[in-house]
Amino acid sequence: MKYLSLVWAALWRRKTRTAFTLFSVLAAFLLFGMLDAVRTVFNAGDQLSSGRMIVSSKLSITQALPISLLNSIQRVPGVKQVGWANWFGGYYQHPTPFFPNFAVSSNYLGLFRNRYELPPAQTKAFADTRDGAVVGAALARQFHWTLGQRVPLIAGIFPRTDGGNDWNFQIVGIFTTKNPKLKAVEQQFLFHWKYFDEGNAYMKNMVGWYVVNLDDPAHANRVAQAIDALSQNSDHETKTQTEQAFQASFAKQIGDIGLIVGGIMAAVFFTLLLLTGNTMAQAVRERIPELAVMKTLGFQDGTVLALVLAESVLLIVLGGVLGMVLATLLLPAVNSAAGGAITLPPLGWHSWLLGLGLMVLIGLLVGALPALRGMRLNIVDALAGR
Amino acid sequence: MNTTNTTNGTLIEIRDLAKTYTRGKQHVPVLQGVNLDVAAGDFFALMGPSGSGKTTLLNLIGGLDTPSAGSIVIGGQRVDRLGGAALARWRAAHVGFVFQFYNLLPMLSAQKNVELPLLLTKLSAGERRKRAAIALQLVGLADRASHKPSELSGGQQQRVAIARAFVTDPTLLVCDEPTGDLDRASAEEVLTLLQRLNREHGKTIVMVTHDPRAAEHATHTVHLDKGELVGAARAARPA
Repeated sequence: MKYLSLVWAALWRRKTRTAFTLFSVLAAFLLFGMLDAVRTVFNAGDQLSSGRMIVSSKLSITQALPISLLNSIQRVPGVKQVGWANWFGGYYQHPTPFFPNFAVSSNYLGLFRNRYELPPAQTKAFADTRDGAVVGAALARQFHWTLGQRVPLIAGIFPRTDGGNDWNFQIVGIFTTKNPKLKAVEQQFLFHWKYFDEGNAYMKNMVGWYVVNLDDPAHANRVAQAIDALSQNSDHETKTQTEQAFQASFAKQIGDIGLIVGGIMAAVFFTLLLLTGNTMAQAVRERIPELAVMKTLGFQDGTVLALVLAESVLLIVLGGVLGMVLATLLLPAVNSAAGGAITLPPLGWHSWLLGLGLMVLIGLLVGALPALRGMRLNIVDALAGR
Repeated sequence: MNTTNTTNGTLIEIRDLAKTYTRGKQHVPVLQGVNLDVAAGDFFALMGPSGSGKTTLLNLIGGLDTPSAGSIVIGGQRVDRLGGAALARWRAAHVGFVFQFYNLLPMLSAQKNVELPLLLTKLSAGERRKRAAIALQLVGLADRASHKPSELSGGQQQRVAIARAFVTDPTLLVCDEPTGDLDRASAEEVLTLLQRLNREHGKTIVMVTHDPRAAEHATHTVHLDKGELVGAARAARPA
């Protein structure tokens, strides 16, 4: 600790350069915070999917499956409950802002324990209302929807049997979620699959995917194989997978989010390594005579090494923490600006630990060469300017 | 004050000292056959033309470099046999350094510059501050404690450097052209200060200079030429 003021003073020896470097580190870790939140959203199913599987077409998740599979799936040993859903792809007034909307089975909300919080009276109202819809609280706030209000969605994919694209719904429930990682569900719009099936001109008796709850998560593999065997060699072969894997496939329609996030971060941190590495090398090169003076006074080689490394780590940690704090402050604004397309969760302890680990690692990497140079310098040569 | 063993009042004993630098394939002898005794409490001036080996000899005495041959005993310690870490510890405990260009750390205040060698001791932060303040007072710069080196004149910077050199209470001060970058008045102030440290505080001082007026402040003067001592140490006129 007694060397802290020395390290701090050395760090601010060139104020402008340090400020610009800090800003670069801040920007890199701001991006890290944001992208880690994106990654968390797409991995959210991970901890929640135990005991739940999704059955979709083996060909593509855009390929529908017959409703006739329902009874067969229900009879597979190990299956506890089965529900289903279909992507609707409608929009309200304008194609943007986008929000997810699905036609779902009547038991759909009950399949996801602790995910959808809906008062019992509204649950009953949904069950009793043929054209009823339940919407997430964030979505209701965004469009100022209230209970009982009639809301038209314009079909992007499924026209009505009468040729029109306007589908009318009555808002009968507004749900919330207690899990902060699942805040994105509060942007959903759910309505009855039966209403959809009867009213659309595009397909009949077909569903997008089945949701299967298991008696015992340990039997997931066996149950998945048994379900897929039901439609083997048919024109609607299935692929049964965990909820997380299904969400990942869904996201891969846009691209491999993990790969994209990882690629961006790798590029950002590589650039940061070069930039701060160069800054540290320059900072130490300028200070060679000062380091020689310190060694003359009796500072040990190891102490000089540690001081330069500490300066480098302090620089990165300072900028990095500021960046992640800024990311924390900006996430709500990003959510608001995204108009419901995505809801990023606040940065959790896992992100902070990963971020701090990266900061220390980058700090040590960029400080290593200058620190070694400082440690190995020959006092007489350095004082003579050689 | 640091306690140091001396033999018959001799602090520094140099025998058959040689130093040869290797530059590529070339071997350049800088010092050869140097024998020298410096008494404890002496103010010793090393004079000679450029390239005569004055600074090399000073570096060897200060433990900044190691000889190619011969021995250096300072306060009973074979300095030439000490390794890197032990030599650094020995310097921290026994030697104070004053350079021609002051070599203060520009980002630290005068107070923090003087405190720098005290970081290597076990003193508390409060004690370090107190001792640095006393040292600055002794060099007449108590009112400039918070000033950065760039805010001080050359003479003031050199006085801060001297405060840094004696704040740990070393036995020996080695000074490399301490007045080489100063005007006459500032040089006189610095030399008077060194004289006071020698006379009133008993510090042994070895000073390299090529300024005869600076050497006049010393109690003894020796001349180096082409790496060899020329003549015996000459006692200066009583000041």
